[in-house]
Amino acid sequence: MADDRDPNKRDFIFIAAGAVAAVGAGATAWPFIDQMNPAADTRALSTTEVDLTAIEIGQQIKVMWQGKPVFVRHRTANEIAAAQRDDYASLKDPQKDAERIAQDDGQPGRAEWLILQANCTHLGCVPTFVQGSSFGGWFCPCHGSDYDTSGRIRRGPAPANLPPAPYVFLTDTSVRIG
Amino acid sequence: MSGPSTYEPKSGFTRWLDKRLPILRLSHDSFVAYPTPRNLNYWWTFGSMLSLCLVVQIVSGVVLAMHYIPHIDFAFDSVQRIKRDVPYGWLIQPMHAVGASMFFLAVYVHMFRGLYYGSYKAPREVLWILGCLIYALMVVTAFLGYSLPWGQMSFWAATVITNILGALPFVGESIQVWIRGGGAIDQATLNRFYSLHYLLPFVIAGVVALHIWALHEVGQNNPTGVEVKSKADTVPFTPHATIKDLFATSLFVILFAVFMFYMPDALGHADNYIRANPLQTPPEIVPEWYLLPFYAVLRAFDFNIGPIDSKLAGVIGMFASIGVLFVLPWLDTSKVRSMRYRPIAQQCFVIFVAVCIGLGYCGGQNPGKILVPTTFSATLNWVEGGQIEQRAIAADSAGAFDDAADAAIASLPEGAALPAISRTGETIGVVRGVVGGAPQVLELSAATVDELEAKITEAKAGATAAPYFQVTRTTPFAFTVTRLSQILTAYYFLFFLVILPVLGLIETPRRVPDTIAKPVTGQAQGAS
Repeated sequence: MADDRDPNKRDFIFIAAGAVAAVGAGATAWPFIDQMNPAADTRALSTTEVDLTAIEIGQQIKVMWQGKPVFVRHRTANEIAAAQRDDYASLKDPQKDAERIAQDDGQPGRAEWLILQANCTHLGCVPTFVQGSSFGGWFCPCHGSDYDTSGRIRRGPAPANLPPAPYVFLTDTSVRIG
Repeated sequence: MSGPSTYEPKSGFTRWLDKRLPILRLSHDSFVAYPTPRNLNYWWTFGSMLSLCLVVQIVSGVVLAMHYIPHIDFAFDSVQRIKRDVPYGWLIQPMHAVGASMFFLAVYVHMFRGLYYGSYKAPREVLWILGCLIYALMVVTAFLGYSLPWGQMSFWAATVITNILGALPFVGESIQVWIRGGGAIDQATLNRFYSLHYLLPFVIAGVVALHIWALHEVGQNNPTGVEVKSKADTVPFTPHATIKDLFATSLFVILFAVFMFYMPDALGHADNYIRANPLQTPPEIVPEWYLLPFYAVLRAFDFNIGPIDSKLAGVIGMFASIGVLFVLPWLDTSKVRSMRYRPIAQQCFVIFVAVCIGLGYCGGQNPGKILVPTTFSATLNWVEGGQIEQRAIAADSAGAFDDAADAAIASLPEGAALPAISRTGETIGVVRGVVGGAPQVLELSAATVDELEAKITEAKAGATAAPYFQVTRTTPFAFTVTRLSQILTAYYFLFFLVILPVLGLIETPRRVPDTIAKPVTGQAQGAS
C-alpha cells in the first residue's frame, strides 16, 4: 500500500489522531473538573449589605459574606488613637491604619468603622475581641495570635494582618461588602 | 510464586464452571493453596484484619448513608437521629466511627511491620507503593468522613485543612475555592465531601486488589528477610495462615468491641457534639488521633525557610512526611532485608517508632505549652512622685527620627529618669522623662507569660503615685511542644533521608544462622 511506503504520512496521521484524542479527553474532563467551582447562585451571594445604625460605639457585629465571617467594628476614640499611633510601632506586616480602612473604590474610609475578614491568617479560626488584651484588639484562641485595634498581627504564629473586607459606603449608615 | 494451579474441580458443575469462568480456581490458588512462609509471626496477621476493617467500614457506611442527610441544616441532627431513633443505629454509627480508628491502628502496625522486616525492598517495591497509596487514600477518606457529622470539629477541621491548601503558591487560592465550592466551607463542600467519601472506599478496595495481586506475584516476605527457597519452606495458606489470622483477628475484634460498646466516644473529640458554627471557633482544633503526628509536623514549622513562609513550609513538611514513604525502597541502600540482622538500624527503628508516638503526643497538645519548667522574669522601673517633663521630637525625615529622639532625650533636664519615646507620626513624636521623686525597681518572675503579665498589672496597680512605668521583660528559651515537635520531625526525616541510605552502606549486618540460611527440612542440602 502507498501508506506503507510513506512512513511520514503514517506518523502524521498518528500524531494528528493522538492530538485530537488528547484535546477531546481534555475537553471532556474539563466540565467534570470545573463543576466543583462556585456555582452561579453561590457567586450571586458575593455581596452583603450591612446597616450600621444598630452597632453602638465600641461594639462589633459578625456578618457572613460569601460564607465567611466578617467583623464590622464601631471603634472607640481610644481604639482609633491606638491604631493610628501604632502605625509606627514595629509591625510584622507593616500597614497603616488609614490603608486598612480605605474603601474598595479607593475613597478613604471612616476611622470609626473597621471592616475585616474574620478568619485568622494562620489557620482560619475566628479570633475574639478581648477588651484589655495585650494589644487591645483580637485574640485567636487556636494558636494564640494577637491582633491590635486595627486588626494587625502583633504577636503569635499568624503571618499577616486580618485582611480588610472590600467594602464601600452606600449611605452614611450602610455599607456593602464585596 | 504460586506455581501451577493445583485446583481440581470435584463436581460436574464446578468442572463446567471452571471451563467458563475459573473463579473457583482463582480463589483456591489465592486463599487455599497459596504457599506462605513457615516462619511468619503474628505481625503478619494484620493484613487480614485490614481486609475485615475495609469490609466493616463499607457495610456500615452504606447503611449509614441510607439515613444520613448531607445538608448543613440537617446533617448534625440526622447523625443524632441515627444514634437515637434508627433501629440498631446506636450500634452501626459507633461501629463506623470506632472502625475508622481501628482501621488506622491496624494499618500503622502493618506499616511498621513492613518497615522493620524490609518488606519494601526488591522485588516488593510496587507492593509497598500500592500500600502507601492505600494509606494516603485512607487518610483522605477519613478526613472527608470526619466532616460529615457537621459538628464543630468537623467544620473547623475542614476549614483548617482547606486553608492549608491555600498556602500553596500561585494556585493555592484557586484550589481552595475549587475544593470548597465557594469562599468558605458550606453546603457545596459538605455535599461533595459526602459524595467523595462514598466513592473513595471503593477506590481503596480496587487498590487493595492490586496490592494482593502484587503480593501473590512476589510472595510474602518473612521475619528473616531471606527469600523462601523451596516448597519445604512454605505451608499452604489454608489452614495454616487462615487459622492464625482468624485467631489474631478475633483478639482484634475484642478490642474493637470494647471501644464500640463501652467507650464509643473515647477516641473522638467532645466538641463534635456541638453543631457546626462558622462564627465560633472551638478553643482547640485537633484532628483524630491517627492524624496527630502529621498535624505535629505541620505545626513544627513555625519559621520561614528562605522564600518559603512558615505556613507553606508546614504544608510541604506534612505532605513530604507521607510522600517519603513512596520512595523508601530507593532510599534504603542495605542489601539485608530484615532489621533482625541489622543491629544499628534496629535501634534507629525503635527510636523511629518512639518518635512517631511522640509526634502524636505533640499534635494533641497546645503548641505553646512549656514542657520544661521555665522562669519568665521582668524588671519594673518607675518613679514614685516626681514631675513629668516633655520634649517634642521633630525630625527632618523619617530616617533621622532616631537621632532627633536622642537629641530630645539629651535636652531633658539633668537627672530626668525613665526617658520614654512615643512616635506619633513619621517625623514627629514626644519624649517624656520624670524629674524628682524616688526611683523604684521591682523584679518579678513567674512560670508562664500570662502569670507574669498578671503580676506586672498587679504591681502597676499598687504603685498609684507613679506617672508611668518602664518594663523590661526577659524572655528565656522555653522548651515548648513546638520545639519538641521540631526535634521529632527532624528525626523523622533524618531516618528516611540520611540514616537508612547511609547505614545500608556502612553497617555490618549480623550473621544469618545456618538454620535459616540452609533449609533444614526436605532434601535441599545443596541450597546455600
